[in-house]
Amino acid sequence: MIINVLLMLLMPFVFIGIVNKTKAVWAGRKGAPVWQPFSTFFKLLRKSEVQSRSTGFIFSIAPSIAVAAIFCAGLFVPFGYYRAILSFQGDFILFAYLLALAKAVMVLSAMDTASSFEGMGASRELSFTVFLEPAMFLVVASLSYLGGLQSLSQLVAFHTISIYDEWSVIIAILTALALFIMLLVEGARVPFDDPNTHLELTMVHEVMVLDNSGINLAFIHYAAALKMLIYASLISYFLIPWGQSVLLVTTLYLGIVVGLAILTGLVECALARFRMNRNLEFVAVPLSVAILVLAALVAKHYGGI
Amino acid sequence: MADCRSSVEFSPGIPIITDDIPILSTVEFIEKCLSLAALSYLPLVYCGSRERLILCIMGSRDGKDTAVFSTPFPEGHSYASLTPLAPVFHIFERELWEEWQIVSTGHPWLKPLRYSDPDRHAIKDYPFFSSASPELHEVAVGPVHAGVIEPGHFRFICDGETVHHLEIQLGYQHRGVMELFLEGDICARMQLAEQIAGDSVIGHGMAYVRLIEALSGITVTDPVHRVRAIALELERIAMHLADLSALAGDIAYLSGLNFFAALRTNVINLCLQFCGSRYGKGWLCPGGINFGIDAEHNSYAVNVLRKVRCQVMYCGDAMFNNGGVDSRFDSTGIVKKADALSLGFRGMVARSCGISRDARAAYPFCPYQDFEPICLESGDVYDRAYLRYQEVLASLEMILNWLSTLPEVAPQCISPTQLLPNRTAYSIVEGWRGEIVHALRTDADGRPVFYRIYDPSFHNWTALALSVRGNGVSDFPVCNKSFNLSYCGHDL
Repeated sequence: MIINVLLMLLMPFVFIGIVNKTKAVWAGRKGAPVWQPFSTFFKLLRKSEVQSRSTGFIFSIAPSIAVAAIFCAGLFVPFGYYRAILSFQGDFILFAYLLALAKAVMVLSAMDTASSFEGMGASRELSFTVFLEPAMFLVVASLSYLGGLQSLSQLVAFHTISIYDEWSVIIAILTALALFIMLLVEGARVPFDDPNTHLELTMVHEVMVLDNSGINLAFIHYAAALKMLIYASLISYFLIPWGQSVLLVTTLYLGIVVGLAILTGLVECALARFRMNRNLEFVAVPLSVAILVLAALVAKHYGGI
Repeated sequence: MADCRSSVEFSPGIPIITDDIPILSTVEFIEKCLSLAALSYLPLVYCGSRERLILCIMGSRDGKDTAVFSTPFPEGHSYASLTPLAPVFHIFERELWEEWQIVSTGHPWLKPLRYSDPDRHAIKDYPFFSSASPELHEVAVGPVHAGVIEPGHFRFICDGETVHHLEIQLGYQHRGVMELFLEGDICARMQLAEQIAGDSVIGHGMAYVRLIEALSGITVTDPVHRVRAIALELERIAMHLADLSALAGDIAYLSGLNFFAALRTNVINLCLQFCGSRYGKGWLCPGGINFGIDAEHNSYAVNVLRKVRCQVMYCGDAMFNNGGVDSRFDSTGIVKKADALSLGFRGMVARSCGISRDARAAYPFCPYQDFEPICLESGDVYDRAYLRYQEVLASLEMILNWLSTLPEVAPQCISPTQLLPNRTAYSIVEGWRGEIVHALRTDADGRPVFYRIYDPSFHNWTALALSVRGNGVSDFPVCNKSFNLSYCGHDL
């Protein structure tokens, strides 16, 4: 349990650090150290905050609510071992809505600044969610079709990959793919968004937090990174076979998360960003993959094709 | 040509006696401007002067014919605008109105251009185009930008994610450069000329030195011309590579961003080897060059440029064959050929939509006799990027050719001291953005009456505003970068 919380606190920064390192190495640069996001986080914590005169109270409380909501959502996800800290039957609905709550308050806070950029960013972010949320539910609901209405960690455990069952391999890989695309969208990564751009007109996630500074900005950075780690953890559990020792699971887990971070970095190196109006076509991909997952589960249920 | 009889022949680099320029009545002047514009002559210079004359220099697109004529300031400081019939004058008439309060009645958009007189035009009262529709929203960007770029204000009228209209308001960089040229010794203004636009040091520097040489009767030798051409092409290569890198950066294509930027460093470092400045400052001087090219430099440069050429081809190939890049560049920010013709867009922007006009071909000097401009058709971001790539390769080829036959050139400079009196002259140089025009008139003592500067950005900002209509607002940055126009070159 302590390991679980420690991983939740530390791994998000390392994840971002590895992504950035991968990009730097690709470009032939040395790059910032992997723990650079930590330093940035603590630097921001020490800084004072500037608030625009046009903002109200929502702007000042939104980042705290968002970080709390995402952290709570993280408690339902197993980090480093099969079991999550909290779990109860049907907890994935709470999980999904905690993530939605975080997004909702951030969108409200963006609108609160009355900046035309942030309104644009909020509208873009929400248009992604329209496709992502059904995909998330479809994946989880499909998994419960076979596993029964259980907690998130049990569901994940029930469907982990097993080399003796070809359907479980198909399901695990498809689910992992859907979740990986969600990770890229939710984490505001290339090809959907560009975390490095300074161009307000092209931003999605970044433009929503243009006015934030100090502790609140640190919270937002952490929350965004934690969200990516949550998706990465979910993916990793579909790929770790059931019934291994604690040490092996934790090692595999770390390996897979690092691998996903490198993969995210490589995707950013190899792909150009999509045009904004074509983004939605690609955001809809997890939804179709989720339907494939459902199809595979149905096929498995009836004993294969 | 029957129409042109009232004007004298006039080519860049050859000064004419100011009194030889025909002075027409306002009606004749307007007719002449319109008839030449109908023959698709481009206005090169159109300005008022303190002798209370409007001077107009128009050149044919192939550079073979140039007409020069002027008219006294019209009565009541107003005349029927040329713009409705010949839109190519629109920006000149705004400038004329701002500088001399000469109203062109019927001009559809008579607005301050660069706030050269803060007493008369307050930048905060700028009359923006606006829409009362509740369906549309406005997005204001700048003048302070997120990146380290120059200041300019962009006002978008958007329907959701689609841009309906873009208005660009500049003037924040106005330094009064044209007035500064009139102070002190005009022959010693090299540093000022190099600072008209920091990214076109050689381009503007060369326009200045050619103008001063023309008015002081100095002719420079062919090797000097060739070294200057090498400087000009090096600047073109460096800036085109920088733009390709920035274009790739805007669409988050990291390979292009990193590798083109690295290649650009090789090129500007070569410039450093030649003249001690990565941007070529201090390389040229009126009457010659401050830094020559000896055999050692020559072979070093050939080595560097061969390597650069090989890598540019490699990176360009990867970038222009990448599907993601194509999907972002293709059909984005199209400049229509009809607009480019009627509004007189210059340089690369015109060449990317099928107008084959290049000052290196139209007004060639020593090493450029056989120059053929590269011209593309579709006028979108892809073509502007691809044109840069092709021009880089062509310029590399040219420099390598020139270097192979270039003798050792020592620095040489015949400093001009006195300009010919009562003369008017202009010079045209194809900088990397397009044609840079400088014009100078001297009084009876050989002192400057006016010094006019026209950067291609002066004309091309309108092209950017038109090209983003109907595009996504998130595509604006990549569109903007594909033009990469100068703020200070416009604001002067």
